[in-house]
Amino acid sequence: MNAISVVTTEKWIDIGETSDVPRRGARCVKKGDTTIAVFRTQDDNFFALEDKCPHKNGPLSNGIVHDGCVTCPLHNWVISLKTGSAQGADEGETKTFPVKVEGERLLIDLEDLF
Amino acid sequence: MSKQKLVIIGNGMAPGRMLEHLFEQSPDAFDVTIFNAEPRVNYDRIMLSPVLSGEKSFEEIIIHGDGWYIKHGIMLYKGHKIVDISREAKTVTSDQGVTESYDKLVIATGSNPFIIPMPGHDMAGVLSYRDLDDVTAMMLAAQSRQKAVVIGGGLLGLEAAAGLQARGMEVTVVHLMPTLMERQLDPSAGYLLQEELESRGINVKTGANSKRIVGDKKVEGLELENGEIIDCSLIVMAVGIRPNIGLAQEADLKVERGIIVDQAMRTIDPDILSLGECTQIDGQVYGLVAPLYEMARVAAHTLGGDDSHSFVHQDTATKLKVTGVDLFSVGDFAEGDDRDEIVLRDANAGIYKRIILKDDKIIGTVLYGETSDGAWLNDLKKKGTDVSEMRDTLIFGQAYQGGAAMDPMAAVAALPDDAEICGCNGICKSKIVGTINDMGLTSLDEVRAHTKASASCGTCTGLVEQLMTLTLGDSFDPNAVQSMCPCTDLGHGDVRRLIKAKELKTIPAVMQELEWKTSCGCAKCRPALNYYLVADWPDVYADDYQSRYINERVHANIQKDGTYSVVPRMWGGMTSSKELRAIADVVDKFEIPSVKVTGGQRIDMLGIKKEDLPAVWADLGQAGFVSGQAYAKGLRTVKTCVGTNWCRFGTQDSTGLGIKLEKFMWGSWTPAKLKLAVSGCPRNCAEATCKDIGIICVDSGFEIHFAGAAGLDIKGTEVLGSVPTENEALEHVVALAQMYREQGFYLERIYKWAARIGLDEIRKQIMEDHDRRKDYFDRFVFSQKFAQVDPWSERVSGKDKHEFNPMATLDLEAAE
Repeated sequence: MNAISVVTTEKWIDIGETSDVPRRGARCVKKGDTTIAVFRTQDDNFFALEDKCPHKNGPLSNGIVHDGCVTCPLHNWVISLKTGSAQGADEGETKTFPVKVEGERLLIDLEDLF
Repeated sequence: MSKQKLVIIGNGMAPGRMLEHLFEQSPDAFDVTIFNAEPRVNYDRIMLSPVLSGEKSFEEIIIHGDGWYIKHGIMLYKGHKIVDISREAKTVTSDQGVTESYDKLVIATGSNPFIIPMPGHDMAGVLSYRDLDDVTAMMLAAQSRQKAVVIGGGLLGLEAAAGLQARGMEVTVVHLMPTLMERQLDPSAGYLLQEELESRGINVKTGANSKRIVGDKKVEGLELENGEIIDCSLIVMAVGIRPNIGLAQEADLKVERGIIVDQAMRTIDPDILSLGECTQIDGQVYGLVAPLYEMARVAAHTLGGDDSHSFVHQDTATKLKVTGVDLFSVGDFAEGDDRDEIVLRDANAGIYKRIILKDDKIIGTVLYGETSDGAWLNDLKKKGTDVSEMRDTLIFGQAYQGGAAMDPMAAVAALPDDAEICGCNGICKSKIVGTINDMGLTSLDEVRAHTKASASCGTCTGLVEQLMTLTLGDSFDPNAVQSMCPCTDLGHGDVRRLIKAKELKTIPAVMQELEWKTSCGCAKCRPALNYYLVADWPDVYADDYQSRYINERVHANIQKDGTYSVVPRMWGGMTSSKELRAIADVVDKFEIPSVKVTGGQRIDMLGIKKEDLPAVWADLGQAGFVSGQAYAKGLRTVKTCVGTNWCRFGTQDSTGLGIKLEKFMWGSWTPAKLKLAVSGCPRNCAEATCKDIGIICVDSGFEIHFAGAAGLDIKGTEVLGSVPTENEALEHVVALAQMYREQGFYLERIYKWAARIGLDEIRKQIMEDHDRRKDYFDRFVFSQKFAQVDPWSERVSGKDKHEFNPMATLDLEAAE
């Protein structure tokens, strides 16, 4: 019993406050060589994606956030924040990670990274 | 399965079309590398004539922009000519020493213009008419407003002649044969065409054989066989093309007139294909676009592993792209005993129509002066329809078949499903209608993108628009404005007008009042709205940081690896040992990998990590530098020469004026980037005549220029006017910039804005209407109060700190 509860609570890592991430913007979380971009939409939903466009690895955290998508700063690919997949005629996918809000705190689950 | 390597030699329309087919059929089959001897992307060669005549710009005829190559992961070597193919090693090598290996090779080297080897053919002033470089050279030569001779009265030669005349030259066409365009027109139509051209002031000499070019190093005239000498400073030879087969020959491929291929476009080496004008198939070589596109279709299938498609020859209809001359011809129009013909002539109206019949079927058509039935007659010819029933009225056209005359819409409606609408691309009516319905297309651009109809020479645009009206009903208006983006139906002009009229002062207010269709816009409209609001309400609008493109958010230029480049201002291009030392120290301290001198007379430090930017700026700021705004849709550089300070030819202090302008205008946002230059004399060392705004100093004062371009388009500036003093020069330049700031569409460079508004209108408002100019000037000065804040020092002091630092750095064991 105990062991299970430890695992379920510990998979969520506290990365900061919700107010750290600007609306229609993003912040980065670094882990080793990997950068994860944490996005906040206009209506205060949070999403986490690897900070790499499936096209040419552009840093998505630097893009413009609109509705549920981000436009990559390098060549304007539009990536869905929810699914990580490229929209429109382009094809490709960026890895997504679960995020949740507890009170003012923002937690991320990076188990998929390993 | 790993991708195969496809190398293409040549980057013309045929291989471009082949790749479109290939990416559609098997998108992941190949890694593609292209070598292009021309230093540019794929453009529509058929449309060079409208570029020459000034009806279109180069930008408008680009088929595949740089983005297309990036999107498809294509390595494009611009300006690389392949000099060797090694079939054993399966490699190609360029004249610049690049060697690439291939699994499949496509040779698409096109053709070379034929230069008549008469005495003097290698003199300066002798040009061919083949690519953009030729057009640029002709446009330059035309600036002299002198005399030109075009040798060759075929399609290309006549288009060149009309273009040069439109540019202000006095033109003579010298043609060997007795009538013009004898391969496409019968003698009667050729005669009418000659009359038309002569009435427009183009001299035509038919049956004239050129003997030699007169001149000493430079062209001075052309001597004909009969001894006549025509004075001219420019000779354009448009007498035919020769397939470019040298490379294939050296690689021991089989060649005759062209590179010989089988029905699936393969040469004798199954891993090497050939297509385009360099190719010979069934004993024929081709120069018109429709058969080349047919080759492209077949080649794409062959590369995709399906060699069951084979090339089918079809007659191509010819049209002359000279505004106001309507002619159409297709098929065989020679006279013969087994042939019958129907002719209609109307001398007063300048109309000539001839239909050639054999066994009651149409085999050829020549129309002059009135060509609207061309598509219909071509369709009857293609299908081999027996026309004996309608013979009596055939020559009057489709409208007279079965009673009352039809209006154009009804005529289009009556066309059969398989009637060809776009001859260049072989697109029939049902394909266009079907695609509009299936994909829900609503604009001409969309129809062009998805069907290719009207995407080459554009002469069928009217027909395509009629088809769209027929399919979409009244909801399609061919004259409608392009919407800003999919979030709204309004165009940029409407949005700018409504922002002022309704006094909208925030992005949410604009979106609400103008009924945006998305909740918070997109990456296209938000930066545009942000600019319009900054420009219109400088004192009250709070700049929306998240609606700015990343470069304007972090005040540096993003590079392909996600690092940034930093360019400090060097006022008027002047610097000092102290500044250079400070830059050297920053480069060492932050281990900046590249330092480059820019075209705008300053220094670019490339490869800086985003996290390091504030510290780099802090050090640069200590040395007195501010942001060069090399990333901004705003004032960039003011390039200068040394003027009266040093130069023995200088007439004014051009450096001083450049620095004054830059200090006055820095920080201002504009619709698109704004680059200035000041030259101290008409020798123009600061290259002011290709800038957005340029000043040429003269003894009597300052000549103000604007609307130049030296990017995708090359365009000399227009003269705004002359003023006697430095202060007036500054006032006029600033007023012009403000007028552009208030009226330009986002990302619209000043030369495009000027073309839209009209040069005379701009001159009137800035040079003649003194009150208006003063108002523009005052509004600019007012907005500068809020704009002239150095973004670097703001960020060194902690502004937008979140942008540069990660919110968390996790150690690697955190999750265990």
